[in-house]
Amino acid sequence: MTSAEILDHAARLRADLPSDFQDSVIESIYTDAARITSTSISHDTERARLTVDRVLDKVLTHPVGGFAAMGLLFFAVFWFTITGAAVPSGLLYTLLVDNGHAWLRDAFVAFGSPAWLTGLLIDGTYLGMAWVVAVMLPPMAIFFPIFTLLEDFGYLPRVAFNLDRLFARAGAHGKQSLSMMMGYGCNAAGVVATRIIDSPRERLIAILTNNFSICNGRWPTLILMGTIFIGAQAPPALASLVAAASVVTVALIGVLTALIVSWGLSKTVLRGETSVYSLELPPYRPPQLWRTLYTSIIDRTLVVLRRAVVMAAPAGAVIWLISNIDLGGTSIAAHMTNGLDPLGWVLGLNGVILLAYIVAIPANEIIIPTILMLTMTLGPNLFDAQNGVMLELGQTQTHAVLTQAGGWTLLTAINLMLFSLLHNPCSTTILTIRNETNSLKWTTVAALMPLALAFAVTAATATAARLAGGG
Amino acid sequence: MTSSAELPQAPAHGACASCAVYNAANLKKLGIKPGNYDYVVAVAGNPNTGKSTVFNALTGLRQHVGNWPGKTVSRAEGGFRYHDHGYKLVDLPGTYSLLSTSNDEDIARDFLLFGQPDVTVVVADATRLERNLNLVLQVLEITERVVVALNLMDEAERHGIDIDVRHLARELGVPVVPMAARKGDGIPALLEAIEQVAQDGATAKRHRVAQRHPRIERAVRDLARQLERAFPGLPNTRWIALRLLEGDPGTERAVRDGTLSDLSRAWSARKTAPTNLAGTLE
Repeated sequence: MTSAEILDHAARLRADLPSDFQDSVIESIYTDAARITSTSISHDTERARLTVDRVLDKVLTHPVGGFAAMGLLFFAVFWFTITGAAVPSGLLYTLLVDNGHAWLRDAFVAFGSPAWLTGLLIDGTYLGMAWVVAVMLPPMAIFFPIFTLLEDFGYLPRVAFNLDRLFARAGAHGKQSLSMMMGYGCNAAGVVATRIIDSPRERLIAILTNNFSICNGRWPTLILMGTIFIGAQAPPALASLVAAASVVTVALIGVLTALIVSWGLSKTVLRGETSVYSLELPPYRPPQLWRTLYTSIIDRTLVVLRRAVVMAAPAGAVIWLISNIDLGGTSIAAHMTNGLDPLGWVLGLNGVILLAYIVAIPANEIIIPTILMLTMTLGPNLFDAQNGVMLELGQTQTHAVLTQAGGWTLLTAINLMLFSLLHNPCSTTILTIRNETNSLKWTTVAALMPLALAFAVTAATATAARLAGGG
Repeated sequence: MTSSAELPQAPAHGACASCAVYNAANLKKLGIKPGNYDYVVAVAGNPNTGKSTVFNALTGLRQHVGNWPGKTVSRAEGGFRYHDHGYKLVDLPGTYSLLSTSNDEDIARDFLLFGQPDVTVVVADATRLERNLNLVLQVLEITERVVVALNLMDEAERHGIDIDVRHLARELGVPVVPMAARKGDGIPALLEAIEQVAQDGATAKRHRVAQRHPRIERAVRDLARQLERAFPGLPNTRWIALRLLEGDPGTERAVRDGTLSDLSRAWSARKTAPTNLAGTLE
């Protein structure tokens, strides 16, 4: 037979193969390996530590129980974060914002600093940074170590394992669940992590959908909205449980969206085969408590916080400027808000929220302080706020400002949570996508596709709520 | 220096390693400059099995290979001399299998298929025998010149896992060397096994995986027979048949552009003259 004849022959034989050909080939190898192992190995029954692993895996990777365990575990993590962060957050408010801000302001005034400089540096830049520290540091300092402990324990690969089947059915690579896990910290890191996916098609799907993993910058928004609007609907005893449940729900909607979008992409523009791969489930290990605490606080919490502060400083200044520079008697901020209001209404949001999202493109972390500040500056003045000052408020006051001055309803809060989940990635992530894909086209898609989705979903919920007589 | 009088009862590691009578003393680590070599040895294995530890122990290099699954695209090379023969060692990226489409697996698979190493050392983790055997079985489909370095035996013992190494070797049809490479245990036995396979080739019948699905098995046999006729001497016609049935473009290219014919000639030549001339030709 010549080479060409052999290839033809192979093609003819291929047509006759069962559809699960590749799986069957792998299964044949695994069956032999299992048989050889079972005849070569004997366990000392006294030290059967591995059976503990096996029992745990039976539960944690069970087709149904695995998902229940996953939901329960994440719920517990968020509940712990929400309830645990309340007290230290309050202390930081008092220290940095109430006292620190007043003290710094007095010092500036005492040194004869002109009003615009005091406003720009203290009321804009400093308050922006102080807010980010007070709001973000406590939840991060609780959330990250717990998350890292779970990772160290060996749980995250099990999550990836559970999700693998779903991703494969969506036409995506199972390893996408690993890059998604990274995305829950930071989407830019998640996008880089997609390098572990070798097929360019599946990697692109993973990059485009990484945005639906809620990143550090968005957790505080969700946790705050969940606490003051959704948790507040429940009796006080259940408030934090309901708040945690709402955050978990949004996270689950994120996973669902990632799956649906992956499926949509793999059925349309990114069609192709799903790769076969094997995922190792490492043994469970007792986590190294102190080392984990140390590294997750140094490596993750402080690094993220630094970024947030660096981003919050100029954003605080920008907010102060647009609120204080008048064009025809009205501030730039008011002009922009008025212009955005109609669109905001359609989306069940408002112009202030949309303007905040424009200001906060560099960092999602500062959405909430920006919204609060703009609402108080532009709306009726309830708490004696100066223009462009990111006033610090407790949770009850925040609720009061948003409902009374901003005209917020439950719909606004829910849609803000959905918008926060779905909207375009931050500028750092967009730059990372540009570097990783080397394609302007896909970078544009990665930025605009989630934004379009966010518009579509919030418009739909707003319309539905209005038709139902709510909102 | 240990005196030779102590040798008989001393276990095969540690102090003895510098003794002249002891095998490992014949080992000369050559670092990254293998010089003229007689044999090419590939080191394959799952990630995190101590592959690099074995590689470093043999070459004297301090190669740090990252734990990140994906980007070990380059392969490390080094060399050693043992009993007056030069060996070039090629450290392949760690892989779980040779079947899928990942970059690492392509590199490892292509080297085993087309690089024709004289010996392939598959480093296996004794505490995860089953998973590691999956790779060993796949390597055995490609070449019969295999030594299994069963590493982390000390860990396995700690976990209460008892492995019948002789039975395992019989099942696989290739030498299996129990090791604890971190402590240097088993390096001398590994060197001996490498030498034996390099010089004598395979001495037993290696384990072959039969396809469980009868239609696949029939197709593989059919195509492998045609391949044997077209390319006599190839030790992996079943593997190549599987790849062709899968429609793997790389393998199809190798059939078309004469790579397989070249390989077939090289393997046939090697059967009559066991010493590889590649090293002296360079």
